[in-house]
Amino acid sequence: MSLLEVSDLSKRFGGVVAVDGCSLAVAPGSITGLIGPNGSGKTTLFDLVTGFLQPDAGEVRFESRPITGLPPDQVHRRGIGRTFQLARVFPRLTVLENVLVPVRRAGLLGLLSGATTRGEVRRGHEMLEFLGLTHLADQPAGRLSYGQRKLLELGTVMMSRPRLVLLDEPAGGVNPGLLESIAARIRDLNAAGTTFLIVEHDMGFVMGLCGTVLVLDRGRTIAGGTPAEVRADPAVLDAYLGA
Amino acid sequence: MRPRPGARWLGPGAATVLALAALAVPLVADTSTVNVGVFTLMYVGLATAWNVMGGYTGYISLGHAGFFGIGAYTLGLFVNHLGVPGGYGPFLAVPIAGLVTAALAVPVGWIALRTRAATFVIVTIAFMFMLQILATNLRGLTGGSQGLGFPTPQDWSPDFVDVPFYYAMLALAAVGIAASWWIRHSKLGLGLLAIRDDEDRALSLGVPTWAFKMTAFVVSAALVGMIGGVYGYYVTYVYPQFVVDPLVGLSMVLMAFLGGTGTIAGPVLGALLLEPTQLELAYFAGSARLYLVLYAAVFLAVILFLPRGVIPSIAERLEARRSAA
Repeated sequence: MSLLEVSDLSKRFGGVVAVDGCSLAVAPGSITGLIGPNGSGKTTLFDLVTGFLQPDAGEVRFESRPITGLPPDQVHRRGIGRTFQLARVFPRLTVLENVLVPVRRAGLLGLLSGATTRGEVRRGHEMLEFLGLTHLADQPAGRLSYGQRKLLELGTVMMSRPRLVLLDEPAGGVNPGLLESIAARIRDLNAAGTTFLIVEHDMGFVMGLCGTVLVLDRGRTIAGGTPAEVRADPAVLDAYLGA
Repeated sequence: MRPRPGARWLGPGAATVLALAALAVPLVADTSTVNVGVFTLMYVGLATAWNVMGGYTGYISLGHAGFFGIGAYTLGLFVNHLGVPGGYGPFLAVPIAGLVTAALAVPVGWIALRTRAATFVIVTIAFMFMLQILATNLRGLTGGSQGLGFPTPQDWSPDFVDVPFYYAMLALAAVGIAASWWIRHSKLGLGLLAIRDDEDRALSLGVPTWAFKMTAFVVSAALVGMIGGVYGYYVTYVYPQFVVDPLVGLSMVLMAFLGGTGTIAGPVLGALLLEPTQLELAYFAGSARLYLVLYAAVFLAVILFLPRGVIPSIAERLEARRSAA
């Protein structure tokens, strides 16, 4: 049984078909890579799954329930987290406040009571320790380096304990030292039960991290399998080198 | 980076001193000073209320004068129809002005919050002018350009008449500051600030952004409506062009920006600095509208030198000095 199931999903922008009858499945507990040449529809696919875009056709199911067309906040509450291609944090909130934004509270009273409870702050600090950002807890997130923002963005998403996380280019623009740290954090979180779907151009990063790799070209999946299988697939070479 | 021991009492201490001073003003000052006090406290409340929406979420409404007008007309119509005589009675109806304004803010917000950024600004301006036109033309309801009269208190002497209004405005300013403080320190407030910084990201993290923005908008409008009610009663007659006045809407925004949007003390400070200055200038210049030149100058100066407002700029300097030391 797949955790995420995308069937025959399509999205066109004017005359451009960004996602063209795309189907794919993400197995629970996996780290699945999603690769493909520029413009193959990877980010559009993320936007369709997370509710930022409405598909023209097709269906998205999460844990066997349809989530097609739900708004982003509801998709998140169903258990899907995402990061963005360019790391996005709340620059004027402190690093600690950043990780506490997604923590949910029940009812109106919960909203009107303190922004942070002691338990939430403790969880927040645990997350910052996990990310290695403890010393920056009280700094505005706008002062972080780009790589630190990537880490903070990932940590913030993890605070609401999503079962599936979509990462859009987690390695993009990050220096090699921090890159290994990000990969290690992803492995830890995966070992603790979180499933990942990762869009990434850095092939070393993808092949080292992902058990399954899916290849997208012109809005549809053209190949899928272990990194070794995908590397040997002639269709993939065609897509990348242009036959 | 640990604040100095005394620093954490600085804010509450200053607030206490300010509150005691504000309470004492009518006991020691003459009538004209109390009159300045009424308008200054009115703007403390307005700028604070505006900041709950504009400062925390970053949605700049230039149409809050519309809610000011709704509150004034609501209070006037209510006390007139019930035949409430002048005196303390009309003050008791002020919460009703707040409730009606809140109820009307819901459909306004419903439409305006479908937009963001510059479009939101334009929609709020359009709403305000539509309201002004309605107030002018619904003569049966508002008296049109003839104005709507309020009952006048008969047994308050000229020396005393400003005092109840002073305390009413002070009470509303206090309610506004308390609401602003509460929201700022609540889970709701954290969500609003997240919306201000990156709304789509907040949405992607499960923050129900629409409900949060709507709540802030309605709370902000209700506070402004109550203040508008007291204003109407104070000036005894309200006219469409003066009670739904774009300048009232602009002034509260300017004050919030001068002091620092998104902070609790900023709008208070902005109002305390600007409103007495404006009244003083209007008095000396004779022509009441000359103060607009000053406003334009202040606006430019704020944008050029203090784009984040006085309070955040000072806080930043202090912190820079502390970390340098």
